Amino acid sequence: METEKLTELKTGPANGAPEPLEPLIYELGAPGRVGVSLPKTDVPEAELPADLLRADLDLPEVSELDVVRHFVRLSQLNHSIDTGFYPLGSCTMKYNPKLNEDMARLPGFALAHPLQDPTATQGALALMYTLQQWLAEISGMKAVSLQPAAGAQGEFAGILMIRAYHLANGEGHRTKIIVPDSAHGTNPATTAMAGLQVVEIPSDENGDVDLDKLHEVCGDDVAGMMITVPNTLGVFETHIKDIVDAIHGCGGLMYMDGANMNAMLGVAKPADLGFDVMHYNLHKTFSTPHGGGGPGSGPVAAGEKLAPFLPGPVVTVLEEGDDENPPLYGFTMPEQSIGRLKAFWGNFGMMVRAFAYIATYGAQGLRSVTDHAVLNANYIRARLKGVYPMPFDRMCGHEFVCEGHWKDIEGVHALDISKRLMDYGIHPPTNYFPLIVPEALLIEPTETESKEACDRFVEAMLKIAEEARTNPELLHEAPHVTPVGRVDDVLAAKQLVLCCRPIPEHGA
Amino acid sequence: MAEWKTPEDLKYTENDEWIRVEGDTAKIGLTDYAQDHLSDLVFVELPDVGEVLTKGEAFASVESVKAASDVYAPASGEVIAVNSKLDDAPETINSDPYGEGWFVEIKLSNKAELNDLMDAAAYAKHCAARE
Repeated sequence: METEKLTELKTGPANGAPEPLEPLIYELGAPGRVGVSLPKTDVPEAELPADLLRADLDLPEVSELDVVRHFVRLSQLNHSIDTGFYPLGSCTMKYNPKLNEDMARLPGFALAHPLQDPTATQGALALMYTLQQWLAEISGMKAVSLQPAAGAQGEFAGILMIRAYHLANGEGHRTKIIVPDSAHGTNPATTAMAGLQVVEIPSDENGDVDLDKLHEVCGDDVAGMMITVPNTLGVFETHIKDIVDAIHGCGGLMYMDGANMNAMLGVAKPADLGFDVMHYNLHKTFSTPHGGGGPGSGPVAAGEKLAPFLPGPVVTVLEEGDDENPPLYGFTMPEQSIGRLKAFWGNFGMMVRAFAYIATYGAQGLRSVTDHAVLNANYIRARLKGVYPMPFDRMCGHEFVCEGHWKDIEGVHALDISKRLMDYGIHPPTNYFPLIVPEALLIEPTETESKEACDRFVEAMLKIAEEARTNPELLHEAPHVTPVGRVDDVLAAKQLVLCCRPIPEHGA
Repeated sequence: MAEWKTPEDLKYTENDEWIRVEGDTAKIGLTDYAQDHLSDLVFVELPDVGEVLTKGEAFASVESVKAASDVYAPASGEVIAVNSKLDDAPETINSDPYGEGWFVEIKLSNKAELNDLMDAAAYAKHCAARE
């Protein structure tokens, strides 16, 4: 990309009133235009009660083609995993195989109704049961509930289970949850939601939990500890066994945030490390679409102590099968369940996709997923070393953190580097997280990227580091070639009313 | 590198809060270093008058375009005034961290707690050491 050409291009809305790139759907179409033609009804028509009919609803009146073109054009303005590299650390934006989509659309799965009698949906239940077993095997845990809607709800379930366990043992005074300062923001939020108290402990100079500080806070008021493995800095806790022993030693339980499981599949089992409960993010580790495409799915897996407290219902075998007959599956509540977390049975479509993914890869394949995720991250880390400051000089897991600034260059920030990456057709890495690293750029290439794709990213990063010295304005004004230039993120954060048309007065 | 203001008449915490003692009361806010690192502040959550702060515990939170963080009490005491102007204009903390950008005023309950806070020179070193 030539600098001269770039600077001539518009820098986006900040420079004046921009032309809309695509009209609102309300501005398309014409009165009376419809996009569907319904067949003549073959059941008696019923009058809708007059008080439920509204004339004030301002709905778009568009044809099917209007709708298709509108949304396809919008999608073309966006970046997606199907169009480009997406190294958004912590989010695991790996490729979602289209086979999984085919499986989720099989009519028996896609058209099943959650209120159907379980005897009529035995195939769906068999899939859920098998997925529970697989997730238990991968984690080494005893039992799994597929209920939670996403990772944050999986965490919430796990902490409620820890709380329920202590209450059942007459230990209600255990109200503290220890969280490292590198944790995902959802960990302290989960703790607060569960009515427990967060105790934050610092990381040491290697990015590991500070063991001395951990020992200081261990006591009989500790309910447990939440920790991500590998942690959010992308490094595997060197002293994980000591951490687990310290918490177990004072009567607490260990929760593992499973967001980074793509660095552990087939290599280490959380239960073997001593964890009592964990959640999976099916939408990260097992490649179900996320990041606007959602929904997520956050199954929770528990060991011996906490299995009876799992949220329900879970799928169990009601009657064993034999050579002639398949087993009869049904929904049951675990013995001391914390209860239901979601209507019906969880995000079933995501379970089908994750099932298809695991079935396709098999045990060896999952292990190889981890090998490649870790290899790709370390390859990029090694190539950027010496150019971008790195707070921790050690092998990483599936992701690593570097700093998006230089001591000898004033005014260039991580945000500028991220915005400039967009000019190279690359989605920015995660910015400003983890909070403990200044100007953090959290980079996760994922295992689905080829060496060529990793190299293209590295070349762009090296080029940007050079531009930061020779032409910092290019970074400050980036992105230059995207449909929308640098946006006003302060205004976006402050002005929370996001409505394209005036909001009608209530009752008007 | 950038230099951060550290007025001589204030005491400072490791977590980048400042306290200005005036007799038995004191005003509390976030330092220049903190506002510079948080970048543009977009929300502030403040306590109510009458709430009692405990030294070292979170009493307010701030949110910038980068991150949300807690603000910790540099000393204990009852809140006697709150700078409610910050609700509508959190950017005041960026533009005037030691003046119009103050958070709360408290009635100090234990002035001895002030002894372990940093003076301006020590805090300036603390800032430089983190760069």
